[in-house]
Amino acid sequence: MSLAVEIPTEPLERGTSLWWDAWHRLAKNRLAVGGGLLLLLLALASFLGPLILSQSYATQDLQLGAIGPRAQHWFGTDTLGRDLLVRVLYGGQISMAVGLCATAVALTIGVIYGTTAGFIGGRVDAVMMRIVDIIFALPFTVFVILLMVFFGRRFVLLFAAIGAVQWLTMARIVRGQVKSLRRMEFIEAAEALGLRKAQIIVRHLIPNALGSIIVYATLTVPSVMLLEAFLSFLGLGVQPPMSSWGVLINEGAANMEEAPWLLIFPGLALALTLFSLNFLGDGLRDALDPRASKD
Amino acid sequence: MLRFIVGRLLQMIPVLLIIATLTFFMIRLAPGGPFDAEKSVSPEIRKNLERYYHMVNADGTPRSLWLQLGDYLRNLARGDLGPSSKYSSRTVNELIAESFPISAELAFWSLLLALALGLPAGIIASLRPNSPSDYIPSSFAMAGISVPNFVIGPLLVLFFALKLQWVRVAGWDDWIDRILPSITLGLLYAAYLARLTRGGMLEILSQDFIRTARAKGASSLRVILKHALRGGLVPVVSYLGPAVAGLVTGSFVVESIFQIPGLGRYFVNAAFNRDYTMVLGAVLFYAALIVLFNLVVDVVLVWMDPKQKFA
Repeated sequence: MSLAVEIPTEPLERGTSLWWDAWHRLAKNRLAVGGGLLLLLLALASFLGPLILSQSYATQDLQLGAIGPRAQHWFGTDTLGRDLLVRVLYGGQISMAVGLCATAVALTIGVIYGTTAGFIGGRVDAVMMRIVDIIFALPFTVFVILLMVFFGRRFVLLFAAIGAVQWLTMARIVRGQVKSLRRMEFIEAAEALGLRKAQIIVRHLIPNALGSIIVYATLTVPSVMLLEAFLSFLGLGVQPPMSSWGVLINEGAANMEEAPWLLIFPGLALALTLFSLNFLGDGLRDALDPRASKD
Repeated sequence: MLRFIVGRLLQMIPVLLIIATLTFFMIRLAPGGPFDAEKSVSPEIRKNLERYYHMVNADGTPRSLWLQLGDYLRNLARGDLGPSSKYSSRTVNELIAESFPISAELAFWSLLLALALGLPAGIIASLRPNSPSDYIPSSFAMAGISVPNFVIGPLLVLFFALKLQWVRVAGWDDWIDRILPSITLGLLYAAYLARLTRGGMLEILSQDFIRTARAKGASSLRVILKHALRGGLVPVVSYLGPAVAGLVTGSFVVESIFQIPGLGRYFVNAAFNRDYTMVLGAVLFYAALIVLFNLVVDVVLVWMDPKQKFA
C-alpha cells in the first residue's frame, strides 16, 4: 500500500479513509455486489427457510420414494421420501458453518504464525517458513484423510482438520505483509516512542495487514466448503442423519440415473454459493488491495 | 546454472527425509492396521505377516517404530519402497509403476485441454478489461473454479453416457473413455489458467515497454505474442509446477467417478486400508515430483524473466 501524502488543494474537502475508499470501489463492482447479495439470499434461505417450511429434514414418506419436483415438494424427494428442499437448506447450514468455522481456525493459526515469523525475522523466520514449505509439500488430501482417521469422524473436529491444512497460505501472506510493514517509518516511530512489541503488533501491524487478511479469508471460505464437500463425498465428513451439500451430492451421484434432481439441486446450491463467494472475494481484493496481482 | 540444479537436487534429500518421517509416524500412530480387515487371520499368520513386514523382531517381540523407520529409510536409499502392506505379493514400486502411467496419461490430456482453453481465454479477457470480452471468459473461469469436479463429472456422465449414450459410463480401455475424465479434470485447470493468464497479462500490458512497442508501430498481435506473453505467463508457469505434480499423481475424485485404475485411487484407498508402505511410497513419490517440477519451473522462469537470477 502506498503511503503517498496528498496535499489538500481545497482546504474544505473532506478526507476519505482507506476503508471508505475501499467500500466505494466495492460498491462499483457489480459482480462483487451481485455475489454478496446472492450469498446473503442463500444464507437467509438456509437459516430461515427450514423455520417456515412445514416438513422436517428427517420425516420420511416411504410411500412416495424418490419423486421429481412438484407442488408440495419443490425439489422433489430423496429415495427415502424426504423433502429435498428442506434437506438442501439444512445441508447449507452445515456447509456454511463448516466453511466459516474452519476459516476462523485457519485465520487464527495463520495470523499468529505469520506475524510471529515476520516480526521476529532472521533465523526463526527461516525455520518457521521452511516448516510451512514442508507441510505444503505433503499431499494434503491424504493429510486431511489421515487427520480425520485420527480424530474420528466427529463433526466438530472436522473444522480443526480442515483449518489445520488451510492456515499455510494465510501464514505466508501475513508474514510477507508484516515483513514489509516492519521496515516502514511509522513502525520505527512507534518503536522510538517506546511502544511495547505487543502494542506494535496489535495496534499497528495487524490493522495494516487486515486488508489482505480479509481478502484471503473470503477466498478461504469457498475452498474450505469445497474441501468439506469433498470429504463428505468420500464418506469422511458429516455423518448421517446430519447432512451437508457434499453428502447430498454423494447420494445424488449414486442415484442419478433414476433421480437426477438429487444430484442437480445440491450441486447447484454448492456451485452458486462458491460462485458468489469467489466473486465477492475477488471484488474485495480489488477494493482493499488494488495493487495485489489479480490471479 | 548446473550448480543451482545440483544444489536444489541435494536439498531434496533432507526434505524427503522429513516428509518420510512425518508421514511414517502419522500413519503408524493412526488407529487400526493393515491386517484388521481380514477377520480370518489367525494369530500365527498375523505373526508371520508382521515378521514379513519387519514389524516384530526375529524373536517375535514388537520392534520399535524408530527401528522400523530406520529399516524403511535404509531401503528407501536404494530406491526400494518395500512390499505393499495390503497386497503382500506386490511391491509398492510395482504398484506405482503400474498406475502412474495411467494417471499421467489422464493428466496429459487434461493439461492439453486446460492450456488450449485457458490461455486464449485469459489473453482475450486481458485485452479489454471490464468489457464484455472480459466478463464472458472471466465468468466462465469463475464458474469453472466454483463447480466442484465431483458435480461436473457425474453430470457429464448423466448427459453424455446415460442420456445420449455417446460414451461409456466408466472404464479406461478405449480412446473414447479418455474424453469425459479429461474434460472433468481439464475444465478446472483451464479455469485457473485463464484467471492467472488474465492477471499476468494485465500487469504486463500496462507497462512502458508495451507502450513503446505499440508506439513504434508493432501490430497488436505482435505486441502480445512477441513482447507481452513472455512476462505475462510468469504466474502461469509458477502455478503449473505444483499443478502438474498434482495432476500426474492422479485425481482421486475423477479416477473414482470413472473407475480409472490410476495412482490417485491407490493413494486414497491405501490411506483407508492402512497400507502403510503404499501411503508412504505414494507420498514420497508425490513430494519428489513437486520438488522436481518446481525446479523445472524455476529454471524456466529465469529464462522468461531476465530480472530473476539463479539463487
